[in-house]
Amino acid sequence: MALHSGVSFVRLNGFRHLARLLSTHRKPNIVQNEKNADFPGAKAPYVTEIKFLNESSYDPIPIYRVLDNNGEVIDNNEEPNIDRDTLLNMYKSMIQLSQMDKILYESQRQGRISFYMTNYGEEGIHVGSAAALSPKDLVFAQYREVGVFLFRGYTVTELVNQCYGNCEDPGKGKQMPVHYGSKQHNIVTISSPLATQMPQAVGAAYALKRIPNNDRCVICYFGEGAASEGDAHAAFNFAATLDCPVIMLCRNNGYAISTPTGEQYRGDGIASRGPALGLNTVRVDGTDPLAVYNAVTRARELVLGTNKPVLIEAMSYRVGHHSTSDDSSAYRPLEEIDKWTKDESPIQKFRLYLEQKGLWNEEADKAWAKECRNTVVRTMQDAEKKKLPHWKEMLEDVYYDMPPRIQKQIQQMEDHLKKYQEHYPLNRYQSE
Amino acid sequence: MSSLVVKRSVLLAKLIKHVNSEAKRLSSHFVYFPDNGKPVEGETTKMNMMQAINNAMDLTLRSDPTAVVFGEDVAFGGVFRCALGLQEKYGKDRVFNTPLCEQGIAGFGIGLATAGATAIAEIQFADYIFPAFDQLVNEAAKARYRSGGQFPCGALTVRTPCGAVGHGGLYHSQSPEAFFAHVPGLKVVVPRGPTAAKGLLLSCIREKDPCIFLEPKILYRSATEDVPVEDYTLPLGKAQVLREGDAATLVAWGTQVHVLLEVAQKAHDELGVSCEVIDLQSILPWDEETVCNSVKKTGRCLIAHEAPLTSGFGAEVAATVQEECFLHLEAPIGRVTGWDAPFPHVFEPFYLPTVSRCYDELRRLLQY
Repeated sequence: MALHSGVSFVRLNGFRHLARLLSTHRKPNIVQNEKNADFPGAKAPYVTEIKFLNESSYDPIPIYRVLDNNGEVIDNNEEPNIDRDTLLNMYKSMIQLSQMDKILYESQRQGRISFYMTNYGEEGIHVGSAAALSPKDLVFAQYREVGVFLFRGYTVTELVNQCYGNCEDPGKGKQMPVHYGSKQHNIVTISSPLATQMPQAVGAAYALKRIPNNDRCVICYFGEGAASEGDAHAAFNFAATLDCPVIMLCRNNGYAISTPTGEQYRGDGIASRGPALGLNTVRVDGTDPLAVYNAVTRARELVLGTNKPVLIEAMSYRVGHHSTSDDSSAYRPLEEIDKWTKDESPIQKFRLYLEQKGLWNEEADKAWAKECRNTVVRTMQDAEKKKLPHWKEMLEDVYYDMPPRIQKQIQQMEDHLKKYQEHYPLNRYQSE
Repeated sequence: MSSLVVKRSVLLAKLIKHVNSEAKRLSSHFVYFPDNGKPVEGETTKMNMMQAINNAMDLTLRSDPTAVVFGEDVAFGGVFRCALGLQEKYGKDRVFNTPLCEQGIAGFGIGLATAGATAIAEIQFADYIFPAFDQLVNEAAKARYRSGGQFPCGALTVRTPCGAVGHGGLYHSQSPEAFFAHVPGLKVVVPRGPTAAKGLLLSCIREKDPCIFLEPKILYRSATEDVPVEDYTLPLGKAQVLREGDAATLVAWGTQVHVLLEVAQKAHDELGVSCEVIDLQSILPWDEETVCNSVKKTGRCLIAHEAPLTSGFGAEVAATVQEECFLHLEAPIGRVTGWDAPFPHVFEPFYLPTVSRCYDELRRLLQY
């Protein structure tokens, strides 16, 4: 234990040193005396000159990266020591995800599922972060983090069942597609309202912190658009003031549906808000799975060693449309998408890296992509054959015990269906 | 000299008269009827409602090591002193202040409950629960349902002071229960005094569903009775018949129960009729059976609440009673409530569903 905390201390100091090097804060010009004023609200010296600070008073927070566009490690000291199986699992999860995205996106276009959201361009954030965590760490996600599920062993079958809302969906078909959740894999069920998961993640981290010998942290994913919600502010502030072991990971992909970041905020992205609220903060290249891995690994050590939160802003680009209900060519140029697909693809970078290490080759790539496609197609065929849950499931799990009024409503619907069943698609649903 | 004395005494008399009329203006609009029956046998001690709530949280923190109490200013005991002494007793990590942010408090509480802790959140006034509306309505209420039971947050209880207090104006007087009564997945509870508050709060804390516990703040100090010392719970979703009768059914919750108890007494004294008075206690889910059985017996129903009339919870009760008791009703269902206006400051005596307004409506129902 002493050794463990000693190691964390050394690591913490390393992190602090890094933070200091990266820090671009400039001291005010005139300091009347070194002693701070006595106001309870801030520890600061007096000055005799008015100086307004704004976003350009500081240098932008730099973007940490390990790999270049060709998948080469830029600074060998920064190459993480990840075992072969984990590296392959990371890559395979990315491919599986992008193949699943392709097929499910098409299937929505064909009307086979009602809705879908792809993960193109952000796969590296998912697997890089997931690989750096313990499977026991609790995940709160927004909706574009499916790679975390796949990396943790949640199967394509389980994902597809959710999208179809069939009788094998653990959510019993109640939510829209892509609203996954898995108790077994410690990933809290996704909900549509943006940023609501953020203060919840902080509360969960507080609960874990209070468990004796806690070795679990919480990670909370959110987009840069969601960071404009009031709940994001609440989460950052609560995490810092209540000392919670939580990693707040922002996927800054440049767009919230059609809204570009220039209309989302005027400061230096999301990362600049971290130090302002007392969070240890770092900005990383989200198209570089190894950079994300390193940042989350260090963040995890830091939050568990100190119970202080960390904010990570992973820069990326939303290559796909926002969802199947969106045509992104209406608000952004195709060349822009092209650039990010070709030069800064996390999948391509990571494949080149693995190939240089001799862990992967073109043949393996083709075979795996084919297997992934087959898995999805086969799973979809199975999922389509499965019945939807019994209609009574509609009124289950509202409460732990069903109140009399809901029992009565089940009875009313049952009586109604006896008389009017031909007006309902009962054959698609399980019967008793 | 003597004229001066006279002048002085006249002034004094004027002053006394003025103070008296001021006091009348500010006096509370109800007389507290203490609970007579005790929910459990055993030792009791005098407690006001604030102390009873404090006692319930004390018992919880003692028996449940995961339980935490948090909100704005709860560390020093809370602005209504409900958490008094708890931080000294249980430590800063179990009873603590949060930043001033209601949506954060609710979300933080949901997260605690999701990770397996017992979360007792305080919203300083029910008037300020609306920033947390999204977290409570879209998240807490739907967590069990949307996850197929995988991630419930039933260990969350949100306590918040509600109702008129004499001079609270727009934002220290509201009764928001009807907003939450429209949300499947939540439980909404309002106690009428110390004994009920302790038993119902302990039930809410242990309930496997998220609960909103609305505490009529005017009762914190004005309501005192002998409360059992030991741990006990009162069932949620159950109303309580406080006074039996056959002339009419009077339904209320919170402070308004005491208004209707006084109305029933007045009706007994002046009209020689006995009215049945029901404290609904649970707004959601509510006890249709007890209310409808009573109305089937009495044939008349009067519902009173402080919140505005339109879409107030009285509307739900009235519609259900009409549906279930149509052939038994001898008069239209009466509703005496706050007016459809924001809760005003100087007009509070005219705004509230007072004893005289309720009594007048009851007479109308009886003569119908």
